[in-house]
Amino acid sequence: MSTALLQVEGLTKGFAVRSSNGRTGRLQALRGVSFTLDRGETLGIVGESGSGKSTLARSVLRLIEPDGGTIRFDGTDVRALSGRARADFNRRAQMVFQDLYSSLNPRMTVRAALAEAIGVHRLRPRAAVADRIAELLDLVRLPQQAADRYPRDFSGGQRQRIGIARALAVEPDCLIADEIVSALDVSIQAQIINLLLELQDRLGLAILFISHDLRIVRHISHRVAVMYLGEIVETGPAEAVFAAPYHPYTQALLAAAPTLDPQRRGRQEALRGELPSPIDLAPGCSFSGRCPHVMERCRTMPPMLIPQESTRSVRCHLTEHSSPAEL
Amino acid sequence: MTENLLEVHGLRTEFHSGGRRFAAVDGIDFAVRPGEILGIVGESGSGKSATLRSILGLIKPPGRVEGQILWRGQDIQGLAPAALRRIRGAEIAMIFQDPTSALNPVLTIGQQIRESLAAHTDLSATERQRRAIELLDLVGIPAAARRLDDYPYQFSGGIRQRAMIAIALAAKPALLLADEPTTALDVTIQDQIIKLILRLAAELRMSVILVTHDLGVVAESCDRVAVMYAGRIMETAPVASLFQTPRHAYTLGLLQSIPQGRAPRTPLPSIPGVPPRPGDVTKGCGFAPRCSFAEPECRSGRPEARRMAPHHLTWCRRADALPEPA
Repeated sequence: MSTALLQVEGLTKGFAVRSSNGRTGRLQALRGVSFTLDRGETLGIVGESGSGKSTLARSVLRLIEPDGGTIRFDGTDVRALSGRARADFNRRAQMVFQDLYSSLNPRMTVRAALAEAIGVHRLRPRAAVADRIAELLDLVRLPQQAADRYPRDFSGGQRQRIGIARALAVEPDCLIADEIVSALDVSIQAQIINLLLELQDRLGLAILFISHDLRIVRHISHRVAVMYLGEIVETGPAEAVFAAPYHPYTQALLAAAPTLDPQRRGRQEALRGELPSPIDLAPGCSFSGRCPHVMERCRTMPPMLIPQESTRSVRCHLTEHSSPAEL
Repeated sequence: MTENLLEVHGLRTEFHSGGRRFAAVDGIDFAVRPGEILGIVGESGSGKSATLRSILGLIKPPGRVEGQILWRGQDIQGLAPAALRRIRGAEIAMIFQDPTSALNPVLTIGQQIRESLAAHTDLSATERQRRAIELLDLVGIPAAARRLDDYPYQFSGGIRQRAMIAIALAAKPALLLADEPTTALDVTIQDQIIKLILRLAAELRMSVILVTHDLGVVAESCDRVAVMYAGRIMETAPVASLFQTPRHAYTLGLLQSIPQGRAPRTPLPSIPGVPPRPGDVTKGCGFAPRCSFAEPECRSGRPEARRMAPHHLTWCRRADALPEPA
C-alpha cells in the first residue's frame, strides 16, 4: 500500500468569539478532522457555511495555525517544519482562492506575478523564466499577450486561470482549491472545471477541492468528505456517496440541491431548521437538532466515524441499523 | 382569456459608463399572468436585475428607461413618483439578494413591518401589531411574537430573508419581484426559502418574477421562464418545454455546461469565450460571438422571434439545427 501524499489526523482549531448577546465563547471550527489525499487524486470537501471547510483549507497549509492534530505531507510532519523545509512545503502545496481580486496584486502584470512566484523559489535560471511564463500561459489556455496585462483587464474566469497559473508556477504536488468556481458564471465554471481535470491528468496533481456546490464536487472528485459543524460526517468514493448517502445530512443536502428536473417542484423542503450556534454545541450528535430520524441517544452520545463497506465512513448512530437511502 | 397582470413592451434600460451610453436591457417584451411564477434566468450582465429595477422605477438618472410597462393595463413607465408609490411597494413588492442591505439596521423587524403596514393599509396601531405577528408567523419565523422586537443583526441569513419577505407581504402585493433571493444562502436554507415563496404565491394568489442565475432553481419553482443574454431575451417557454427541448443555442449550451447526469471527471461541453462586457455592441444575435452553431447571417442582423410551440418562442435562427440536449 502506497502512503498518501497528505495525511491529516484529528485536526482541531477554535476561535474566541463574542456572540450577539455580548458573551465571549469559543467557536470550535474544526473538531477532529482526519482524511488522506493521494497523488493524482481529487478529494472534494463539501459543506455549508459554518462547516469548517475553509478553516480546514487554511489550517492544512498553516495559513492559520491549528490547535491540535497532525498533518503529514509526503511523510514529514508539517507542523514541525521551519526554515527551508517549511518553504519547500509552501511551494509543494499551493492554495488557489475564490477571490482573485484580493489575491492578485492589481499593480503587477501577469508576467511580473508569475516571475515573482518562479523567482521566490529559484526554480529557473533567469534566462529561462520567459519561456516558463509562456509555458504556464499555454497550460491554462491564456493567450501569450495576457502576460503584459493587469488583473483588471481580465474577466472573472480569466483571472481564475491566472490564479491557477501562479499556483502552478512553483511546480506544486498539491492544489488546495477553496470555492474557486463559486463566483463564476455557469458557462465559465465548466471551462475551469475542464481545465482542472486536464491539468491534473497532465501533471499528476493532488487536489483538495472545497465547494458548497454538490453537482460540481460530484463531477470533479474521486472521493468526497461531507462536513457539518467542524466534523466530517460522511466520506467515501464520490459516486457511491452521492448515489446512496448514509448520513441524514448528506441525504438532505442532496435533496435540497436544485436539479434540472421540473418534476421535483412539488416535493417537501429537504431539511427544517437552521444551523445551531456553533459556540455552545449540545452534547451528542451535532446534527441531532435538525435530523428527521433523531433517536434518544443521538442527543446524548456523539457518534463516531464508523467504517461502512470497505471504502466509506459515516458518523451516525442510525447506520448501525440501516442501509444507505436510495435517492 | 385571462388578462395579463403585467405587460412589458420594448423595454430598454440605458446606463452611462465611462462617458458612453449602453443598454443593459435592449428591447425586451414579456408578460406575467395572475398567479404565475415567471423565472428570468441569465448570467452576470444579462440585464435580468436591471429589468426588475426598471419595472419598479428604481433606475435613477442618468440611467434611462424606455418602453411600455403596463400594470393591469395602465402604463406605469414614467409615472409621477406619487402615483408610482401607490403601486410600488403596495401592489408590486420586491425582495433582494442581500437582506442585510435592504433592512434598516437600527429598527426592529416589528417596527419595519408596522411601518410598511402604516404606509400601505388603513389598519389601526393595534391591528398593525397583530398583523405583524401574523406575517412573521406566515413566513415561518418560530416564536413570531417574541422575535418582533429583535434587530436584523440578531437574525441568521435565512431568517433575515424571511423577515424581508414578511415586510414585502405587508401590503398584500399582487406581484412579488424576487432578485436572486437565495443566492447568498446555503443550499438547505435556499431550499426552504424557495418552498416558502411557492407556498405564499399559492396561498395569497400572488404572481412572482424570480430572477436567478441558477437553472435548477428555475426548474424546481417556475411556471414559465425567459432566458436572457446581453440584455435581450433569447428564449421563453413553459419550464417543462424549455428543459426538454431548448430551442436556443445559448440555452442548450448553458444546460450542457451543468454537471448533472454526466460521466464523472469527463470534460463538460462548455461554452467558449466570455460573456460580453457592458457596452460591447453586436449587430446580430448577442450570443453569436460564442455560438458554435452561428452562421454569417447570425452576426449581421437581430434575429426575429420564432414560435416553436404555442407558448415557446426563440430568437435563434439556428433553432432547427440544434441537437436534443445530451
